[in-house]
Amino acid sequence: MLKWTTLLDLLHGAGITVAVSSLAILAGVPLGLGLALARTGGGRAVRWLAAVYASFVRAAPVVTFTMLIFFGLPALGLSLDPLPAAVIALTLNTAAFNAEVWRAAIVDFPRGQLEAAQAVGMTGRVAFRRIVFPQIWRASLPALVNEMTLLIKASPAIAIIGVVDLTRKARQIAATTYEPLPPFVAAAVLYGLALALLVAAARTLERFQRRRYGGR
Amino acid sequence: MTFRLDVIVKELPQFARGLGNTVWLCAVSMLLSLLLGILFVVPLMSRRRYVGGAARALVDGGRCIPFLLLTYLVYYALPSLGLSLDKWTAALITLVTYNTAYMAEILRAAWAHLPRGQTEAGRAFGYTGIKLFRRIILAQVLIAVGPVVGNQLIQLIKDSAFLSIITVPELTYAANSVQSFYFVPFESFLVATLLYWALCGGVEYLVRRGERLAAVVRRGHGH
Repeated sequence: MLKWTTLLDLLHGAGITVAVSSLAILAGVPLGLGLALARTGGGRAVRWLAAVYASFVRAAPVVTFTMLIFFGLPALGLSLDPLPAAVIALTLNTAAFNAEVWRAAIVDFPRGQLEAAQAVGMTGRVAFRRIVFPQIWRASLPALVNEMTLLIKASPAIAIIGVVDLTRKARQIAATTYEPLPPFVAAAVLYGLALALLVAAARTLERFQRRRYGGR
Repeated sequence: MTFRLDVIVKELPQFARGLGNTVWLCAVSMLLSLLLGILFVVPLMSRRRYVGGAARALVDGGRCIPFLLLTYLVYYALPSLGLSLDKWTAALITLVTYNTAYMAEILRAAWAHLPRGQTEAGRAFGYTGIKLFRRIILAQVLIAVGPVVGNQLIQLIKDSAFLSIITVPELTYAANSVQSFYFVPFESFLVATLLYWALCGGVEYLVRRGERLAAVVRRGHGH
């Protein structure tokens, strides 16, 4: 069985997983929106760049992509510590997926509302902030949360550059105690809890939105 | 910085072997978990509450575990239960177990979206039990899930990169050994990522071709 000190150790790893994933989500959701706006409203070159970025990064395994960032960027003169490299790799990765979610919501946005905003004298910026954004945010939230759960499940990739996240911590405990089953099972339960909490929080938020703004 | 294309060209055979291993591992696992998923979807759709509930718990639990953690469980924890595996077997078991949970859910969703009339019409024509499942339900489910299975295959290909950590010589492992031998990390991982890109593009192309075929099949049956 797991001793409680070992369990604390495992929780420390879980803390790293939560911290790195949260930072990547906090940075990746707005970055994804930026990419989606570039892809729908930018000039031709900008659109093309955003499309290539999304396609390339979405096809890259997170492990390989993380190594490209951590081992590859120093060759271009940009050296990073493992922890910031992990946050950057996960952010760039999740942003590419989030961009697709945001883009779908932007493409679906009814044009008439934009024209109405223009007619009452709103500038593009004001119309985006007060009319477009609140609606595409509500439309995108479920799919964005889905991307967040995928990000958490892909986050053990950062172990390959030496970040001791939950999975790597479990592996270390397994190697030192010669009892691999308990730490791995405990880690699996912790991942399950984290995902369940995230999904439950999203459902509560959606219910709140529905009560406040109506809709299905 | 100079881009060491010469190293990449010289080590192309190693990249090709890695890519080949990634392709066959994922292809074989996908076929196996499609078969297992078909077996699993029956209890998942069961109207008996305990059967359905148990299957649902297994599928949901399976989909919560990160791929690398499952790899560790199979490769390091199974031996402690007396079941020692070499890395290839461990890789296949991990890929198949992981993917089956997702495939079962994909098949269940497609089944649940089948028009009810189809099953009822099948019953009216005297199809029951396995025959009803095989000839009426499964046939249509398999045609419907093409694009989703394609997406899942892409996900599986990307997850298989984690197998490099238990030293399975797939594409990411090949890239890592080239980069550590010549110290060309940027070139090496860039080439690997481009190869994954091409591979996923290939899967998408095949899915599009398959969809065109499926459309012909659907029309052929006079719907």
